[in-house]
Amino acid sequence: MDQTTNSVFAPFNWLGRFSIAFIGELGAIGIFFIHAFCLIFSLPLQVNKTIQQVFFIGAKSILIILLVGIFTGMVLGLQGYYTLVKFGSEGVLGAAVALSLIRELGPVMTAIMIIARAGSSMAAEIGIMRISEQIDALDTMDINPIRFLVSPRIVASLISFPLLTAIFDVIGIIGGYLSGVVLLGINSGIYFYRIESSVVMQDVSGGFIKSLVFGIIVSTICCYQGYFTHMRPGGFGARGVSLATTSAVVLSCVLVLIVDYVLTSFLL
Amino acid sequence: MKKYSMETIVGIFVFIGLLCVGYLTVKLGKVELIGGNNYILSARFNSVSGLKTDSSVEMAGVEIGRVSKIGLDLEREMALVTLKIRKDVQITDDAIASIKTSGMIGDKFVKITPGGSDIMLQPGETITETESAIDLEELISEYVFGSV
Repeated sequence: MDQTTNSVFAPFNWLGRFSIAFIGELGAIGIFFIHAFCLIFSLPLQVNKTIQQVFFIGAKSILIILLVGIFTGMVLGLQGYYTLVKFGSEGVLGAAVALSLIRELGPVMTAIMIIARAGSSMAAEIGIMRISEQIDALDTMDINPIRFLVSPRIVASLISFPLLTAIFDVIGIIGGYLSGVVLLGINSGIYFYRIESSVVMQDVSGGFIKSLVFGIIVSTICCYQGYFTHMRPGGFGARGVSLATTSAVVLSCVLVLIVDYVLTSFLL
Repeated sequence: MKKYSMETIVGIFVFIGLLCVGYLTVKLGKVELIGGNNYILSARFNSVSGLKTDSSVEMAGVEIGRVSKIGLDLEREMALVTLKIRKDVQITDDAIASIKTSGMIGDKFVKITPGGSDIMLQPGETITETESAIDLEELISEYVFGSV
């Protein structure tokens, strides 16, 4: 009797445990973010640490953003040209490239590139500080580790993400110009005229709202995964750090794409 | 030197980023930093079907402004279109505003045909002579059923 009841309820058991763990995790991330966000405004402001993080997250990502941006724009120009030329309307190539970059690809590609470059290192750095007990040392010295480690990274992400997105958009439009106008011979005046006449402020501000939200998501998730490395069920020590880094990258990428869909449906 | 190099790089990064933000918002998003370069005229049309906010206003094929608002004049049951015209362009009070299409299936725009009068329209006044959008489908059906 007892055996059968157990086996009947086992799937529900599993589902319930999974849901509770998932919602608990979400709540923990939320509280972690609110905690870190409130500590941003605690005096004295950590200007120097924030500048360091902007240097690491933002300035050092410029090269990769330029590279990815120009090739994304070029391939958009190429693909768009061969699709549009069938309808004899290759003149709207500028609009197609600029709108898809500003609305979608700019924020998302930038976020994913920064996750790969800075998010992973954030998680690994904080994770190693955790397992080598440096975070406990900070606590012992009466330095709030969340304020010291996480808050500057969130501020730096909020500054860097929109700026990098803007750079990505502009360089992508130049990439589209290179393939569309220089290689395939569309009129360059038409290219820029179409861009200016089709892009409205709503598109630009929508892109920036997206990139701000992505900045919050990426920095919070990556710091959270690193910060709670020691609580992971999967493994301890170096293995814990590697698992934390992996799940930070995977989770932030997936969340960025999901939130992108949700935000788009709200913004449109 | 070493101490400033990081801050300098951050400064350059923020500067480049802000330049790009500025290009996107001011040039592409058309945010007006100094809003004093235009004046407002309005015009009533029987139908503005297809015309959008921010469509261009042209005179002799040259863009002289944009449509800033499209509303409904409930008293006369006509469309009330507000036009933002460049300050250096004067429009006579007998000018004709008509809604045209660029190409067969292109975007709609407002075309202003200048008149011969000496009196210029002041900001806020209304263009009285208007010509509505041509409904291509209606035109074709009239042609098919032989009333043209």
